[in-house]
Amino acid sequence: MSLELRGVVAGYAASRDSEGRHEVLHGVDFHARPGTVTAILGPNGVGKTTLLNVALGWITPWSGTVSVDGRDLRTLSGVERGQLLSLVPQTDHVAFEYSILEYVLLGRAPYLGPLQSPTAKDREIARGALEQAGIAGMACRGVLETSAGERQLVLLARALAQEPRTLLLDEPSAHLDLANKRRLVGLLQAQKELGRAIVLTAHEPEFAAALATTVVLLSEGTVLASGPPQHVLTEALLSRLYGIPVSVHRSGDRALFAW
Amino acid sequence: MAATLVGRYPHPGVMNPTLVFRDALALRLVVDLRLPRILAAVLLGAGLGVAGIVLQMLFGNPLVEPGLIGVSQGSAFGAAIALVVFAPPLWVVQWVSALAGGIGLLVSYRIARRFRFGGWILRLVLAGIAVSALFSAGVGIVKFVADPLSQLPTITFWLLGSLAATSWTRLAQVAPVVLLALAYAWSRRWRLNLLALEDRVSFSLGATPGRERLALLVAATAATASLVSISGIVGWVGLLVPHAARRLVGANTAHALPVSALLGAIFVLASDTVSRTIVVGEIPLGIVTSLLGAGGFIVLLLRNQVRVVR
Repeated sequence: MSLELRGVVAGYAASRDSEGRHEVLHGVDFHARPGTVTAILGPNGVGKTTLLNVALGWITPWSGTVSVDGRDLRTLSGVERGQLLSLVPQTDHVAFEYSILEYVLLGRAPYLGPLQSPTAKDREIARGALEQAGIAGMACRGVLETSAGERQLVLLARALAQEPRTLLLDEPSAHLDLANKRRLVGLLQAQKELGRAIVLTAHEPEFAAALATTVVLLSEGTVLASGPPQHVLTEALLSRLYGIPVSVHRSGDRALFAW
Repeated sequence: MAATLVGRYPHPGVMNPTLVFRDALALRLVVDLRLPRILAAVLLGAGLGVAGIVLQMLFGNPLVEPGLIGVSQGSAFGAAIALVVFAPPLWVVQWVSALAGGIGLLVSYRIARRFRFGGWILRLVLAGIAVSALFSAGVGIVKFVADPLSQLPTITFWLLGSLAATSWTRLAQVAPVVLLALAYAWSRRWRLNLLALEDRVSFSLGATPGRERLALLVAATAATASLVSISGIVGWVGLLVPHAARRLVGANTAHALPVSALLGAIFVLASDTVSRTIVVGEIPLGIVTSLLGAGGFIVLLLRNQVRVVR
């Protein structure tokens, strides 16, 4: 159940700059079950974000299927999709000065009709989401005044306000300092315990190792390896993935990766 | 209400309300001239205020205004062509101008998508300025070939913007379209917040950004073009009013949109009352709103109250 991709081939249509279509993913399978964290690891430009976009339904695969809770993603309405899946993008362009609470309230959209505004109950849920993200004290601040790291926590709070079954995160640790990174790990683990399926892309093997139940190594648009972190985050596989020698050191129960 | 009594009859200044009951001319003046004109001003202000904030949200760009992205000049060009080539009834002018306004917007948007310079906000405004200039040049050509006695005054009236020619009939012709468009935008006032986000993000929140934006875009363009067909180009309302509204009640369009409508109505009604009372000959409304609007915008800029990111 939850999110399943089978034989996904996807890419982008021909643009003015390039001839023909550009295929990014050449047959990707993975299955994110409820109560698990799947980390997708791979070099830049390998199709990690494309994979998330396919999982979200934003890009329709050329072949293969994406199913959410056993239903084909294409058959879901916008509202159903919004209640099942939520996305934490790397950044979000905000043109207007919203308060953080108002911004997080946008996450309630899938539960409201096109003519409705958020109710007191939605407000409560949004405040709860801010609390979970550890930024409850910032509710009244302007969203444009936040730092990159704070913004990422705001985006996370908005996704939590969506109360999704599956949470998709695009490089959630990119702008966070060490303390916030650790808080994010704790927070996502709590979401996992709640039975949500979490799928995230990452650049740092450490982050994946600290959190993931499954690691998917994505290389050239195909899955190089997938499985529990201790089986996948090995010197041999990581060296192949990034094309440079990578060594793995153990410190207690933590794995450290050196290059 | 008070605006019905302000004017230059029987003497400049405020009319004694009891005069309406004693003087048949005063009654006709108020009912047939001032009242439709006041309603038109309220409609125009509310319409431009709402169209302004809707366009700003749809493009995620606080500098968008019908006059800055080619809609107004396109509409004016369409109307000028229609007036010169064939002297049609008002509703034809209205649709030709709506169509040309839509084309103006489309061309600006397409150009902004294609060139590379600066961020999206800047690109759209630059493309809009260029397209507006093209249409203005087109209007110039039309003016040059127009009959100076019969056609030129009508075109000039369009370009300066005025509600002087408002009558009940003209008002009745545009009011339904405008009210419908306003009601549609109002009904979706919270939803608009979602559409200001990036496409992928609003999609992830369960929206269908393409379709929902198009519907609101059509509503905003239809309202603007209909209004332009009775008033000509009345600039700066659509830019200044949403900024002022956001300043007052915050960025959330659930509140900012109604406030924008209200402020727009007050602003245009006040401007129009000034334009028809202050001198005998009547200053065109567009000049008054530009004067006050651009002045107000400069004040906002200098007080750092206009936030533009990227």
